[in-house]
Amino acid sequence: MTPSPADISFIQSAATWLVESLRTGLSASCTLPFVGDVYVVPTLGGVLVALGVLLRLTQWIWSRLSPGSPSNRAWRQPWGPMLLVILGVGCLAVFYGLRPASPASNEDLILLAVVSIHIGMLAAFFGLPAFAFIWAERKISGRIQDRLGPTHCGGRFGWLQSLADGIKLIQKEDLAPAAADRMLFRLAPYLVVIASFASFLILPFSDGWVAVALDCGLFIGMAVLSLEVLGVVLAGYSSGSKWSLFGGMRETAQMVSYEVPLGITAVIPVLICGTMNLNEIAHMQSGWFTNWLIFHSPFTFVAFFVFFTVTLASNKRAPFDLAEAESELVGGFHTEYSGMRWSFFFLAEYASMYFVSAIGSLLFLGGWWTGIAPLDSALHSMLEGYPGRVLGMLVLLSKAGLLVCVQIWIRWTLPRLRIDQVMTTCLKYLVPISCFLFIGSVIWPLFWLSVAGRPTMLPGQSIGNRVQVLSVDPTQVPVHSDHGHGDHHDHLDHRHPHGPSSHEAPGHTGQAPAVNPVQEVTLRGGR
Amino acid sequence: MGVLVFTIFALAACGGALAVVLSQNVVRMAFWLIISLSSVAGLFFLLNADFVGATQLLIYVGGTVVLLIFGVMLTAQGPYTNLKTNPGEMVLALAVGGAVFAMLVAAFTGVDWDANSDQIERKFGSASTQVAGYNQQDEGSSVRRMGAALSGIRTESLRDGRNLKRPGYLLPFEIVSVHLLVVLVGASYLARAKRRVAPSQSSPAA
Amino acid sequence: MDPVGLKHYLFVGAMLFVCGVVCMATKRNTIGMLMGVELVLNGANVNFVALSRHTPLGLDGQIASMFVIVLAAAEAAVALAIALNFYNNHLSIDVDRADDLRG
Repeated sequence: MTPSPADISFIQSAATWLVESLRTGLSASCTLPFVGDVYVVPTLGGVLVALGVLLRLTQWIWSRLSPGSPSNRAWRQPWGPMLLVILGVGCLAVFYGLRPASPASNEDLILLAVVSIHIGMLAAFFGLPAFAFIWAERKISGRIQDRLGPTHCGGRFGWLQSLADGIKLIQKEDLAPAAADRMLFRLAPYLVVIASFASFLILPFSDGWVAVALDCGLFIGMAVLSLEVLGVVLAGYSSGSKWSLFGGMRETAQMVSYEVPLGITAVIPVLICGTMNLNEIAHMQSGWFTNWLIFHSPFTFVAFFVFFTVTLASNKRAPFDLAEAESELVGGFHTEYSGMRWSFFFLAEYASMYFVSAIGSLLFLGGWWTGIAPLDSALHSMLEGYPGRVLGMLVLLSKAGLLVCVQIWIRWTLPRLRIDQVMTTCLKYLVPISCFLFIGSVIWPLFWLSVAGRPTMLPGQSIGNRVQVLSVDPTQVPVHSDHGHGDHHDHLDHRHPHGPSSHEAPGHTGQAPAVNPVQEVTLRGGR
Repeated sequence: MGVLVFTIFALAACGGALAVVLSQNVVRMAFWLIISLSSVAGLFFLLNADFVGATQLLIYVGGTVVLLIFGVMLTAQGPYTNLKTNPGEMVLALAVGGAVFAMLVAAFTGVDWDANSDQIERKFGSASTQVAGYNQQDEGSSVRRMGAALSGIRTESLRDGRNLKRPGYLLPFEIVSVHLLVVLVGASYLARAKRRVAPSQSSPAA
Repeated sequence: MDPVGLKHYLFVGAMLFVCGVVCMATKRNTIGMLMGVELVLNGANVNFVALSRHTPLGLDGQIASMFVIVLAAAEAAVALAIALNFYNNHLSIDVDRADDLRG
């Protein structure tokens, strides 16, 4: 990746750099070259955030200076500054996610290209699902109700309907009722959107494609996603309307109780895999689809459905959409909202629907693996690196999209529960069931170890041996995988001709000392 | 860069805390508390304490503050309850608080922390005991060590072979779990007692 | 050496602590006082985590702050139950009304 000689034109060299960076840099986001002291990306992020804040301040001052002018309404639209702030925060976060191993080179062009691709991808994955699934919701609900749904927008199938909706919503006046607590009323949608966007930072879209790689990624995702309830409850309270207040109260009660089974069922894959890193959890499910954690034991099979039910509730989707029950509460917590602020709530709702579906498919449904072992290894040996990862991303996106479609299907099929039924479902049924599943999946491997001599009922390796079976990129081997175990070495050496030395690839293991007793205790544990 | 991010988070934390003190509306206080606590979580991430930061977000911001807002809504007598503080009391409290703050700042600026940490390093060896993980050294690798310490194994004693008798944090962990169970039972008992007593007491009041 | 040192974190911790104390002293509302308690505990947490770098494991302060967070959640739950009971008895959560036991 050294700069080309001077006789080659600049554009050509830039193109080469871009391709190289796509092949090497993006494929292992941890080994990116580093901009020494340049800090283009964080500066850009900071400038964007500052610009957004300044723009919003200007709007505010302008609207105060000329309260009656007709241009006032247009000035009060918050979406421009909002976009800038989100982009800036994305820049900062992605920069931190890409903090590299070797602060040696100064190829800032590559870094800029890679990071702008990352930011674009994150923003796209935050915004596009909302657009796609709002359209899908309208089409599916139309078909379920025996009508056509949108037909005209964008030519056929009404596929641009969401864009038309968005443009309409941007033009609407941004109202705040007289009884509202203005400050909180205006800030609540931002809380919801920021919480929902921030949860995407820890989502690995494909092998290693994660903005912020953390060992407790799943935990942080759950934590950030649970912040959404704050925006909803503040919106409900500050609207100054009893319907909104009821919606907010219901949402609070529901979210706080459904956090418990959500946490317990999400811990079951963590318990089986021994890690909270979503990337590693997905890697342990490579190979045939029997390796998917949903088929790991009967307990995990049930746990997936419990998890799915609970995510329905935590996203306020039917049959648990008590917070916005339109037949009794007008619109629930968003009764008083209009225009862009109203659509922020829905942007966040569809984005977090998509997020929990992606988490569900990463935890239980094999992540970015197709589930057909020969197909996976063929694809990954033919298209190594970047194209293979793109394919993996497509697989993950389709799995998550399928789950979202099931959510939509359920919404238009099942009737809404009463609030006491919702709380009963959670506290009397789902919490005990998830506790039972948790204990069951603790006991399951021990039981089979004592009966059959191996920790699982299905024939095959134990889950710890499956790490990176299909990976063709030796630098991607997680460092923790079994340094000190002779029997595991055979397995890894078979797959990776470089053997254990490949574990010392720069960027991943540079600082990692071989601490065998520690690893045995902390990682392999009882397995 | 670290300085910039630290400044943002520190300003948000301190400003949020000040706004909690100065604002008069309970729900606005709760909002500023959210800002302050989330920025503290950001500070934890800056200190490489990712697990503690996530716990802060999940339990404090997502749990405790929601509980507080819930309490506000259950006990409010009208919309937008105003808390009037006597100006004299406020001035007195701010003066005393300023004095305490000055004392704290004077106390910790008087200590040579670098010398202390050098001493500790000489005694116990380097502070960073990394378990190999998927991530890099500095980001997000405290989980495994913390889990090991909570189950009674301190990784640094394993590495050295020294200090093998140091027990880790198994006992506090057990104590906290028993404590949580007691709190669960106690809180549900209090809530249940309230429901039983309430009708008989509210009837004379109404 | 990182330009953001230990003292900066300790400064933030002290600020949070003092704000919490003032909040507890000036608010008459039970829930307002609870928020002050949370701020105080958070100030202590910042100190714990900032100082944990200087311990042999590098984690001691973090684990202490984890315990603080867990116990604070428990404390908030119990305090809220008490506040609701108090509201049921006095139809107010103004702590100045709680003078039943005064002779």
